[in-house]
Amino acid sequence: MKSIAELEKIQRESLTKVNIRRIKQGKNTIGSEESFNTEDGVRSHVLVCAGTGCTSSKSLEILKKLEKEIEKYNLKDEIKIVKTGCFGFCEAGPIIVVYPEGTFYSHIKVEDVEKITEEHLLNGNIVKDLLFKGSIKEDEIVPINEVDFYKKQKRMALRNCGLINPEDVKEYIALDGYKALAKALSEMTPEEVIEEVKNSGLRGRGGGGFPTGLKWGFTANAVDDEKYVACNADEGDPGAFMDRSILEGDPHSLIEAMAIAGYAVGAELGYVYVRAEYPIAVERLQIAIDQAREIELLGKNIFGTDFNFDMEIRLGAGAFVCGEETALINSIEGKRGMPRPRPPFPANKGIFNKPTLLNNVETYANVPEIILKGAEWFANIGTERSKGTKVFALGGKINNTGLLEVPMGTTLRDVIYEVGGGIPKNKDFKAVQTGGPSGGCIPSDYLDTAIDYDNLIELGSMMGSGGMIVMDEDNCMVDIARFFLDFTVEESCGKCTPCREGTKRMLELLDKITSGEGEMEDIDKLESLANTIKSSSLCGLGQTAPNPVLSTLKYFRHEYEAHVKEKTCPAGNCQDLLTYFITDGCKGCTLCAKACPVNAISGKTKTQHIINTEICIKCGACMEKCPFDAIIKK
Amino acid sequence: MISLIIDGKQVQVEEGKTVLEAAKSIGIDIPTLCHDPRLKPHGSCRICVVEIEGAKSGLTTSCTAPVSEGMNVSTESEKVVNARRDILDLMLANHPLDCMTCQQAGKCTLQDLCYKYDVKESSFKGDKKKFEIDDSNNFYYSDQEKCILCGKCVYVCSELQCTNAINFSERGFDTHIAAPFEEKLETSTCVSCGNCVSVCPVGALVPKSKEKFRYWETKPVRTTCSYCGVGCQMDLLVKYDKVVEVQPAMGPSNEGLLCVKGKFAFNFVNHPDRLKTPLLKKDGEFVEITWDEAYNVIAEKMNSTKENFGPDSIAGLTSARCTNEENYLMQKLMRAVIGTNNADHCARL
Ligand SMILES: Cc1cc2nc3c(=O)[nH]c(=O)nc-3n(C[C@H](O)[C@H](O)[C@H](O)COP(=O)(O)O)c2cc1C
Ligand code: SF4
Ligand code: SF4
Ligand code: SF4
Repeated sequence: MKSIAELEKIQRESLTKVNIRRIKQGKNTIGSEESFNTEDGVRSHVLVCAGTGCTSSKSLEILKKLEKEIEKYNLKDEIKIVKTGCFGFCEAGPIIVVYPEGTFYSHIKVEDVEKITEEHLLNGNIVKDLLFKGSIKEDEIVPINEVDFYKKQKRMALRNCGLINPEDVKEYIALDGYKALAKALSEMTPEEVIEEVKNSGLRGRGGGGFPTGLKWGFTANAVDDEKYVACNADEGDPGAFMDRSILEGDPHSLIEAMAIAGYAVGAELGYVYVRAEYPIAVERLQIAIDQAREIELLGKNIFGTDFNFDMEIRLGAGAFVCGEETALINSIEGKRGMPRPRPPFPANKGIFNKPTLLNNVETYANVPEIILKGAEWFANIGTERSKGTKVFALGGKINNTGLLEVPMGTTLRDVIYEVGGGIPKNKDFKAVQTGGPSGGCIPSDYLDTAIDYDNLIELGSMMGSGGMIVMDEDNCMVDIARFFLDFTVEESCGKCTPCREGTKRMLELLDKITSGEGEMEDIDKLESLANTIKSSSLCGLGQTAPNPVLSTLKYFRHEYEAHVKEKTCPAGNCQDLLTYFITDGCKGCTLCAKACPVNAISGKTKTQHIINTEICIKCGACMEKCPFDAIIKK
Repeated sequence: MISLIIDGKQVQVEEGKTVLEAAKSIGIDIPTLCHDPRLKPHGSCRICVVEIEGAKSGLTTSCTAPVSEGMNVSTESEKVVNARRDILDLMLANHPLDCMTCQQAGKCTLQDLCYKYDVKESSFKGDKKKFEIDDSNNFYYSDQEKCILCGKCVYVCSELQCTNAINFSERGFDTHIAAPFEEKLETSTCVSCGNCVSVCPVGALVPKSKEKFRYWETKPVRTTCSYCGVGCQMDLLVKYDKVVEVQPAMGPSNEGLLCVKGKFAFNFVNHPDRLKTPLLKKDGEFVEITWDEAYNVIAEKMNSTKENFGPDSIAGLTSARCTNEENYLMQKLMRAVIGTNNADHCARL
């Protein structure tokens, strides 16, 4: 693209493509009424989620069926089907949203498509049975953005996810895409761009929370004949998928941001390191790169300036440690993914020993907005030291599993109870684990903590990449710690002693405790070993691996002690420590006795049965069968 | 120059030096297992951790930390010593404790450090790694059960020897050193230089020794390798006048490296068939003579041959085992003294 006028022309032409969807969202900077014109004759857009979650529950088949139905009723000119990225509300998937009403259909099956087409698209009547339950409020149907899950959210990094077709650059441009790049190249010096990012207060979303503008400054100041920008899209935290969603739903925002970063630090090549397990993300990012090249938003002399920029994708083989920046750099260079000592930092010696700016996908996704709307606008959102929003992947014992974006400073309680819809079956909240496998568990006393980088660290946890796993009364905290340790033991790269050998010994100690073999000194040993690993490991993986243990020891030590002293698991979770009992609720129906695979249950019909605990293998088959809930484990 | 304080002592070193180097310059020895000044610092073993006042997180490895102005370093604080003990404890937990019969005893850094920090045995009882000894190479064994994964062998092979025969295989607790695809060393690209063997701090890579000996029974004799003209410096480890092993030394031309011959092919030194004096055939039998006798015979024969048949009837052939200077002298002898251009060298044959 040789000029900004060209970009503005494409935006004007493309706005009609997305306007139907914009009406409810009120997304525009152009603002005048006529800019809300829609394509001639098109009266409705049907958005089908094609993120990884919905795709795996057959949303692509739904899409095909929908296309057939539209054809059948000859609605092709009136109704447009849009394949989008993830809506974030995976619990409700597969998701279909119909605009302009913003009707939110959830849990859609292929068989439902006919009904939606016939009743809604043809006859204009919303299919109430297929609506997301929460979109009926006081007998009124509310549009998707007023549903509780979305209402409290502030979607900045995810601004276009689930709203545009990620495989059409024009839809991105319609919603102000590439305008920030145009602004940076035409109105700002590289120093001003960096200043803007600094003033915004943006901090790294990849885990560390390092001030992004500072890092850009370091890379810009490093002197060398060549520099690189790189994006960390390795996203190894189990359960986290914010980066994947951005790549799948809005890949151009990353391309635009990396080009801006390239301009700011003086780099002409950007590497995106994505794990190969993200095939849809890789495919869409490649399509986006190709499209950007085609309209010359990547390449030589972008917007007619002397700035050149291009991008390449590098696939990772799915090692958690390759998300660590120096291991990632080794991996990009074709070496074994093992961390390097720092200093030297990537800003001075990164990929091929050249100054390299490395940021996370979500970090980058915020940049175009900051450049376009200004640092001050961004800095007004969030807390004193953590600005903007953060995307969280909410999972575990929670009603609304999914991806959500809230302003920094939102309390844990709001995320869990308002956006997350609380805990299923009205169970009691016990703890929330933030920060992925290297984060910590935060108990209910701190539910009102405002989420920001520093508060979470103070509580012995961390922001990490935004994993948030909710635990209820049935979760054993020792077992949870064991679960996370199991992950880090698998993922340790093996380079340094404390992490390679130490995490394994911690896991063995936890195994010992959860199987009832633990002694009190094991708890002390666990704690002191955890501190050594934390203080002496080479990279962040080892330095944070003990967090789940240290935080549960801090807040739930009594559970450890119960496992050791009383040989019981208070949450009734650790199989080795449980005994199954039949209470006097037993009606003697004999179902349990029939279900027991080792014949441990005896008793006459219509009299209370007994379990022989010597024989019982604790498989729980009897408990599942009992119609009177008379079997308990303790 | 940068000034800093280490264990209460003021020290001044050049910018760019590490804390480890700064400490060494004032006689403070920080223990290391994976450090080698010839390699890029990689900070693997973590035994050299120190406490730096005001450091943001935890302990710092002195081998990778550049000095900075006003730094205050403690190399043996309680926290440091506890971490070192834990690290040694962890190493021992995954190490066969067969020091009694281990060839490396007496030269094992793990042993020395456990002695220094009073780590008698591991406090962890759990899984241990299981590997078979790879004895396929003619010159050395690789016993991965003893390996502490300091990585020195890998980096010496890749950064200094430039052969890249071995690397880390698998990860986490299963990490071990292997040739690609777990091939045996013999069929790998290993050239048997033994430089990995020389740097291994424990008994994981040890020479196949013909002799049973303990390192403390030997004394090192510094010499120059006789195999070629490079002039590698080496220490012959000698027990009762017998060479039992060779260790590379830090000579200017070899910087602690050797080739397969220098490292392993020393048994000729004590071989009964080895020629120690010149021999002269007298009445059909070789008899020992002195060097003076030998020189006289050579000079006489050269002179008479030159007189009877002319200088071109004589040729001088030198060896790659000689130094450049020796080779130079040889051709000079041919041209200037004998008067012929018939001078050649085995490397051209
Ligand atoms: C074990 C480990 C895993 C990590 N994984 C990721 C990851 O998957 N994605 C990511 O962006 N950052 C990850 N990080 C953080 C990166 O090292 C790095 O700090 C980050 O990518 C920098 O970008 P930011 O400043 O934009 O956050 C990881 C760090 C560690 C120690
Ligand atoms: S801390 Fe763990 S992952 Fe990091 S370098 Fe050490 S062994 Fe590898
Ligand atoms: S003997 Fe030499 S070539 Fe073979 S593995 Fe060791 S260092 Fe590499
Ligand atoms: S074999 Fe020896 S040198 Fe190689 S990593 Fe193991 S301990 Fe270190």
